[in-house]
Amino acid sequence: MSSINTNNPYGDSHKHHILSVKVQNRPGVLARVSGLFARRGYNIYSLAVAPSHDTNFSRITMVVDISATPLEQIVQQLFKLIDVVEITELDPRKSVEREMLMASIQVEGERRAQVVDLAGIYEAKVLDVGSASLTISLDDTPEKLDDFEELLRGYGIVESQRTGRVALPKLEREAPKGVTKGKAS
Amino acid sequence: MSAKEILTGAEALIRSLEMENVETMFGLPGGCILPAYDPLLKSSIRHILVRHEQGAGHMAQGYAQVTGRPGVAMVTSGPAATNMVTPLCDAFMDSIPMVCITGQVATTAIGTDAFQECDTIGITRSVTKHNEIIMRAEDIPMAVRQAFHIATTGRPGPVLLDVPKDILVNTMEWHWPTDEQVLEALPGYRPIINGDPKQIKAAAKLLLSSERPVLYLGGGVLKAHAAEAVKELAELLQAPVVTTLMARGAFPDNHPLCYGMPGMHGTATAITAMQKADLLCALGARFDDRVTGKVAGFAPEAKIIHVDIDPAEQGKVRKPDVPIVGDCRLVVEEIITAIKELQAAGTAQVDITPWRSRVNGWREQFPLVYEPSEPGERLKPQFCLEKLRDAAPEGTIVCAGVGQHQMWTSLFWNFTEPYTWVNSGGLGTMGFSVPAAIGAKAGQPEKTVWAIDGDGCFQMTAQELVTATTEGIHVKIAILNNTYLGMVRQWQEMFYGERYSEVDLSGCPDFVKWAEAMGCVGIRVESPEEIDAAIERANSINDRSVVVEFRVEEFEKVFPMVPAGATNDQVLLHPTQESRREFLK
Ligand SMILES: Cc1ncc(C[n+]2csc(CCOP(=O)(O)OP(=O)(O)O)c2C)c(N)n1
Repeated sequence: MSSINTNNPYGDSHKHHILSVKVQNRPGVLARVSGLFARRGYNIYSLAVAPSHDTNFSRITMVVDISATPLEQIVQQLFKLIDVVEITELDPRKSVEREMLMASIQVEGERRAQVVDLAGIYEAKVLDVGSASLTISLDDTPEKLDDFEELLRGYGIVESQRTGRVALPKLEREAPKGVTKGKAS
Repeated sequence: MSAKEILTGAEALIRSLEMENVETMFGLPGGCILPAYDPLLKSSIRHILVRHEQGAGHMAQGYAQVTGRPGVAMVTSGPAATNMVTPLCDAFMDSIPMVCITGQVATTAIGTDAFQECDTIGITRSVTKHNEIIMRAEDIPMAVRQAFHIATTGRPGPVLLDVPKDILVNTMEWHWPTDEQVLEALPGYRPIINGDPKQIKAAAKLLLSSERPVLYLGGGVLKAHAAEAVKELAELLQAPVVTTLMARGAFPDNHPLCYGMPGMHGTATAITAMQKADLLCALGARFDDRVTGKVAGFAPEAKIIHVDIDPAEQGKVRKPDVPIVGDCRLVVEEIITAIKELQAAGTAQVDITPWRSRVNGWREQFPLVYEPSEPGERLKPQFCLEKLRDAAPEGTIVCAGVGQHQMWTSLFWNFTEPYTWVNSGGLGTMGFSVPAAIGAKAGQPEKTVWAIDGDGCFQMTAQELVTATTEGIHVKIAILNNTYLGMVRQWQEMFYGERYSEVDLSGCPDFVKWAEAMGCVGIRVESPEEIDAAIERANSINDRSVVVEFRVEEFEKVFPMVPAGATNDQVLLHPTQESRREFLK
């Protein structure tokens, strides 16, 4: 399993939670959500936004820090935004999560082969090849990404980027905990 | 059906306001909002032209507070919109229903730093319940309907509509959305009205079984028109009641179960009753830091029933044992029913007479006091307030600014009716009272409206008395002139070793002349002998606004006081009562 990385914000699953927030596709909705977090001092670890299958709505998936503010308070404050339609709390233990990592690595010769090997083990893709570097991408669970990134670091990461996390509830288990609909005040 | 009716956006806007039964609005025109002021000429709506946009906002608030109807303000873009930020924030903090319309530069100019362009939506996002820019003339009726719906339902609050100039000029086919269409367009907005029956039953049980209950009333009681129901609950339980700054008047001060205001400058009895309670039943109250003092030491033994229409208030400050989300009136009525059912089924209420006599003991030991002035000394502000209170006609509405005078008014006035107290609680906006009083009077023209103001506050918004004069809205202003930023001076005296820094207002203007220059009657009161006649005269003038300047003691302090950061147990009593402190047990 994945190594323990104390710098990893996702490492302690008790302190973070994933919220899947369905919002009306209105101008400024992202500013409202991020403004709320800024204004009330809540922390977001990651954020992914995309239109949902119904074009009237978008889905914001965010990983929030609940070490300072109870999740319930974050959810209820979010719900006060008129454009927020539905919030689903995804317990990391009961959901499938994916994130993508892209990294450019400075490697030549033998070391390049090692990196390509590593990529193979993790089922990562080589996206781009330069004369003395490689760009690799991996989409997997955040833990796997951490792991992979740590190994790559030994080879010299020139630049890297991770997307925000997206998640869906695990299927074979019970319905997602705490779907709160149309609550607002 | 009749033929299509084509209106300009501006006409549609004004017609939409008429459709929402707006009778009075407050504002001041300018470039971008100009088109909307043209159809206003033919409208049934009374528009009150202010002298500063902040005044329009506070007037709308005062109007809303005393009528229960949304206050409406309309101003232009840029500097006018920024002038509106303070009232919006004030209304947001105090949950006052308000709809504000701002002009905006034409859609084609947005983002170009055009003349008087500002990001009104961005600036006001965090101080409104909702805001929206209207990008098509045909969207105006729906936007207005949504704004009024959002402002007045659930936890009320201000809603802003930003309307670009070209949208006001463009034409549209008039239509008026149905209720269903409004709801459909707001799938994320469904305030919870009815409390959870299980929690209501739990609350009823807790209320019957607690030995030291206190009903802690907040402004939500007034917003929900729950005063009658709350009174019934209090009488049914014979439980002590405290009314926060926002709830003054929600329960009559002359009722034997009323123990006044809790909080930083609350009565010793209200503060201590909460501290010693084993149950706080919070009704439309939000555990504001000015009420709780240091949260960790607040009401340490109390279980909490928290009734609030805003789910986010549950557990925000203090974790409730019984959270109930819903309309305060409906929930309290349900709790009463549940209590009666439990009683009918044989559950008797725990005897709380020992608790009540304990609380009554505090009330006897620690009445509100001040030291009357000796002959030749300056008037005491509390004395002036008692005189004003005793001479005020039935049903008088009282407004206050922010500072010592506000606290003294809340403490020394005798509130017997809901909707007779208008003040800036959450934001604490100096300058609130003069415009709020004008708005209140516009909404309740039959009632006497007194604004109790500080000399500092008055100098922030006094110009609105010109509005009052020209519009024939006659209010009465009492300035408790201590020639200081009194409340700040008090803190500097008590917590900064009497080092007074920038609080001296002794270079004050001649308030009588100033009042006269604005078309009001100006009266100055300097000694106790003058006071009765002056107040009588002020009360008898009904064709003009009146400003009475009371020259009061400079160094008077507000007591009791819970110092910032202290727990409520550490309340500082009036110096003459400190020796009796041990009785507060
Ligand atoms: C707009 C604004 N600025 C500053 C303050 C901080 N403040 C609170 S009370 C106060 C003094 C108010 O003075 P005055 O109106 O004379 O009333 P007094 O306290 O003397 O009764 C000040 C400066 C405020 N509440 N609002």
